[in-house]
Amino acid sequence: MQFFLEVLIGGLLSGVMYALVALGYVLIYKASGVFNFAQGAMVFFAALTTAGLVDSGLSLWLALPLTMVAMVMLGLLTEKIVLRPLVAQHEITLFMATIGLTFFVEGLAQAIWGANVRSLELGIEDVPLEWLLENANMAISQFDLIASGIAAVLVTLLAIFFSKTKIGRALRAVADDHQAALSIGIPLQHIWGIVWAVAGFVALVAGLLWGARNGVQFALTFVALKALPVLILGGFTSVPGAIVGGLIIGASEKLAEVYIGPHVGGGIEGWFPYVLALLFLLVRPEGLFGERIIRRI
Amino acid sequence: MLYREAGQFKATYAEDSQIFPIRQDKIGIALILAVAFVGAPLLSVAGMLSDYTFTAILTPFLIFSLAALGLNILTGYAGQLSLGTAAFMAVGAFASYNFMLRIDGMPILMAFILGGLCAAAVGIVFGLPSLRIRGFYLAAATLATQFFIVWCLTKVGWFTNYSSSGVITAQKIEILGYTFDTAFSKYLFVLSVVTVMALLAKNMVRTNIGRSWMAIRDMDMAAEVIGFRPMQTKLMAFAVSSFYCGVAGALFAYAYLGTVEPEGFNLDLSFRILFMIIIGGVGSILGSFLGAAFIVLLPIGLNMFMHFLEGSVGINLPSGISSSFELMVFGALIIFFLIVEPHGLARLWQIGKEKLRLWPFPH
Amino acid sequence: MSEGRQIGEVILDLKNISLRFGGVKALTDISFDVREHEIRAIIGPNGAGKSSMLNVINGVYRPQEGDIIFRGKHHRDMDTYEAAKAGIARTFQNIALFKGMTVLDNIMTGRNLKMKSNFLLDAIYWGPAQREEIEHRKKVEEIIDFLEIQHIRKTPVGRLPYGLQKRVELGRALAAEPSILLLDEPMAGMNVEEKQDMCRFILDVNDQLGTTIVLIEHDMGVVMDISDRVVVLDYGKKIADGTPDEVRANQDVIDAYLGVAH
Repeated sequence: MQFFLEVLIGGLLSGVMYALVALGYVLIYKASGVFNFAQGAMVFFAALTTAGLVDSGLSLWLALPLTMVAMVMLGLLTEKIVLRPLVAQHEITLFMATIGLTFFVEGLAQAIWGANVRSLELGIEDVPLEWLLENANMAISQFDLIASGIAAVLVTLLAIFFSKTKIGRALRAVADDHQAALSIGIPLQHIWGIVWAVAGFVALVAGLLWGARNGVQFALTFVALKALPVLILGGFTSVPGAIVGGLIIGASEKLAEVYIGPHVGGGIEGWFPYVLALLFLLVRPEGLFGERIIRRI
Repeated sequence: MLYREAGQFKATYAEDSQIFPIRQDKIGIALILAVAFVGAPLLSVAGMLSDYTFTAILTPFLIFSLAALGLNILTGYAGQLSLGTAAFMAVGAFASYNFMLRIDGMPILMAFILGGLCAAAVGIVFGLPSLRIRGFYLAAATLATQFFIVWCLTKVGWFTNYSSSGVITAQKIEILGYTFDTAFSKYLFVLSVVTVMALLAKNMVRTNIGRSWMAIRDMDMAAEVIGFRPMQTKLMAFAVSSFYCGVAGALFAYAYLGTVEPEGFNLDLSFRILFMIIIGGVGSILGSFLGAAFIVLLPIGLNMFMHFLEGSVGINLPSGISSSFELMVFGALIIFFLIVEPHGLARLWQIGKEKLRLWPFPH
Repeated sequence: MSEGRQIGEVILDLKNISLRFGGVKALTDISFDVREHEIRAIIGPNGAGKSSMLNVINGVYRPQEGDIIFRGKHHRDMDTYEAAKAGIARTFQNIALFKGMTVLDNIMTGRNLKMKSNFLLDAIYWGPAQREEIEHRKKVEEIIDFLEIQHIRKTPVGRLPYGLQKRVELGRALAAEPSILLLDEPMAGMNVEEKQDMCRFILDVNDQLGTTIVLIEHDMGVVMDISDRVVVLDYGKKIADGTPDEVRANQDVIDAYLGVAH
């Protein structure tokens, strides 16, 4: 039982971190209707830039704001160069453009910082929490706990931001209907700039947490890719959905690996979330929290 | 002026529905085929074309064209976005390998066909979700296909004949006692297979089956009202597309690399083939070839450019940077094409032909 | 109205059709019939349920209650494929052409149910598939001649002006050689000349091919001119049913929306 709880909690914790990555996708989709496949590459870029700056001798506290600036610039440039020219196109075209963007950003990150694996020290150790180990005999990583705590705080802040602040409301208006938002005086370009900046910030936090946990390497992009099943489960436009989806994916992935994995040779984590999402889509094609799509003829 | 169709009349419907109705086009394709089938081997025998041209350029170009054709049938003509192309290639490769391995006296062409059929069967199974899911949800679902199949081929030892490294070595290509083991004999083999399959594909897209795919792609509700059956049409697209990718995968193993492992058919390869059809032109047979040529030649061109930079301007670039640059250029080109010419090189080619009709007059 | 046609027996009988979407009642207890070779119009204010009615007839929507009897067979649970096979073709309010294909290909798709080739024969092409393609091409060319769209047969449909697109859509429906043709606002958005052309085509189809036509139209002049009988819907209910003159004089109809003839 304890072991089960251990695995479950470990999975839930990584699930919160998946939710954090998924949030970046949700933000962009909510604001501009674009599924930004490149969000994963941005996570990678953020982590690599921070690690690279730190490795070149800067302190972490200096590297972070510099990376943030880079992320915001990257976001604004993307909006201007990639999304604006394609704004009237089919959403599949935009999706494919973001696939191209993914390759570009990944290449750029590696061109600047090289392809070596880098480590990222955040000062939190990846060891089991003493207290839990002694009292409940469960080994749950201290790092995981703190990381998901940070992620949870960030997610809550964003949820509040969206629903309670003026800018948050403006963002939701833009997501609903660009024309209508323009007509009541909401400055579209500013809003998109803000959205990309926030998405960049989310990518940075996600990159730091995942990078410190797993090392900063190209495989990070596959972690980010796992946000897709999270979004399928939780819907592309829902912040709470991303959280619930993340938790489900994180927990089920770990449980499957531990309990089913040994019987089939292991390595299930690579495809289990996707298959789960696929099965889910067959039942509910628009996700748990997604909007029903009604097509008129 | 060169390209005028004036004077070329079509007196029957048969004439009107030819693949190359314009005489200049007919001459053009005849020339290309002559160079491909006869000219290149002659040059090779005369020592003017190195093996490298075949192994690094022509053969992979043909094989990728075939895979791009497969993906184009599914995504370009039938409108089902798929990120699992490499997985179907893997099925074709490993199935052919197992047929050759375990059945004595299996003819190689039959093994390829059977491998393609296995890929088609897998395609139908993994295409079932397309009946409920559409757009990029479907793309995300095809990721499940990609990851699961590669995992399967890795974990289930039977597929790789229990090889400890997971790598299989493809058997030799032997037809009627003749072994295709030189670079240019393999090239001729691949050329023949690809030519035949491209012709079959062209025939399919201009007849009822092709129209059914395009109808489902453009407006599936209206297609249903006319009497097209979405399920049969979509699954047929998956089946035919996967067959093509499966044969391409088998050729990939047998006539190009020689040794393959499941990991070699990864997501990166799927993306590459998707890029080929985006750049070449979705929904176009010609586009599949143009896109494949572009993607095959690009790294080579890039390499030459980097060497030129290093040599002439004296910049010393760190090693490994060319692969990063390759990624950047790919990505930038995709975005460029989607913005400037979403229908790809095939459309640019058509526009070029339109201009040729008027040349040298401006309008 | 076209003279010299024989209006036949009842070919389509709709009994007590009720259609609901959640809490919204689109159609309530609608009954009317359509006779062979006639031109039947369905009119009514916006939102009256006319398109829904057509959708029920060709199987896009299944009514919760009621029955559809087509040529003597009960078709309550018919889906679109069965409707197409039974000989019901239609056009749509917002053109539903296949934008990626040419005019010729679009109309060829209408021949789909009459084609027998499978994909293997198609792939080989030379032989049975080519013969079948040419045979159907001949029929499609007859329709192209009839609709006077020869000059645009190889043009991608997306590039055509609205009026021509509607004509192509009519061609696609005709290609199926239907017994009943359902036309959903075939003249919407057209100018006077285009409307006259379209009227002429519809009358010719009815006259020369004997096709029964059920049409939704807002232009009262057209409706009164060409229809044999009219059904009037309002808020999902039938409020009148009869010849154009009878309907024109019906007080309920006048109250509902007839004001000025266009």
